[in-house]
Amino acid sequence: MKKVISLSLVLIALMAFSLKKSGYEVGDKARDFSLKNVDGEMVSMDSYEDVKGFMIIFTCNSCPYSVAYEDRIIELHEKYANKGVPVIAINPNDAEKSPKDSFAKMIERAKDKSFPFPYVYDETQEITKTYGATNTPHVYVLDADRTVKYIGAIDNNTKSAEDADKKYVEDAVDAILMGTEVPEKKTKAIGCTIKWAS
Amino acid sequence: MKKIILNIFLLTSIFIGHKSLAQNGELKVIDVPELEKIMVQSEGDNLKVINFWATWCKPCVKELPYFVNAQNQFPDVEFIYMSIDFSENAAKAEKFAQKKKLNPSGLYLIDNVDYNSWIDKVSPDWSGAIPATLIMKDGKKYFYEKEFHEGELEELIKQKLN
Repeated sequence: MKKVISLSLVLIALMAFSLKKSGYEVGDKARDFSLKNVDGEMVSMDSYEDVKGFMIIFTCNSCPYSVAYEDRIIELHEKYANKGVPVIAINPNDAEKSPKDSFAKMIERAKDKSFPFPYVYDETQEITKTYGATNTPHVYVLDADRTVKYIGAIDNNTKSAEDADKKYVEDAVDAILMGTEVPEKKTKAIGCTIKWAS
Repeated sequence: MKKIILNIFLLTSIFIGHKSLAQNGELKVIDVPELEKIMVQSEGDNLKVINFWATWCKPCVKELPYFVNAQNQFPDVEFIYMSIDFSENAAKAEKFAQKKKLNPSGLYLIDNVDYNSWIDKVSPDWSGAIPATLIMKDGKKYFYEKEFHEGELEELIKQKLN
């Protein structure tokens, strides 16, 4: 009996430990959300019909690396939305810590760049925490069942799209569309830290 | 005549000497192999602190004065400042670093935007977000993905030195 108790204590400790390390890994099922878009409407994955996946991209106005990737995010959406894999861009930053990332500024930026995809605000930062995004831009590619298939950078050249010879997100979406294995499932990139509310 | 030549010679050498002094404080643009060399630290070497920063990174800029405080307090510790600014902004990063009085012999810019190829070499624990700091002592690496606040770094260095 004692053994059982100590064993379950160990298990509980292990569970607590694994819970502490928050955020999704490849293979996890991603949760849906309901976040306010720059057009005032609430956006969730459920509101899409007949999709084959999503490119969930944590990005913002203020980070130069996010800005460097804006045009590429637009291109990704234009290339894949009509194939059933749209972009949803989520701004994870606290507006008090990062005033350039306020909802009003998001509206401005989306208008200036004519974002063809929703640009929603995770005001409570709950979704950002659940997904485990650490910096911007940070991409989660999901399949039709919302299983995480890829986490990381958009490609391997922040400075110039032409010079990138590894297009991680495109490769992941192509693999989902073809029903093949995603070649590179997790990458890292330099980015701006998420500005957490204190 | 000989005197004049000697004087000219002396003046020139002072001038050259001066120039080479000024070169100390220049930011060196490097690639991954050089970064790997910088990250070598063995037992008996001085403690090394490598800070990853960029001129555009607000929390990085905020913590730099605390690094300069530590720099002044621990002259035997080697402070390296690794800018992640794009290489076309090297001059800007250099000017900024000099103005902030960052260790003049420890100014670098890593010019390699294939980040996924080298982030894990710094630390597998690094997500890629900056500021990030690597402390090395006796061949061991300690990695911190965080913004340091006043006094924290000094405490940490003291701890590692004991």
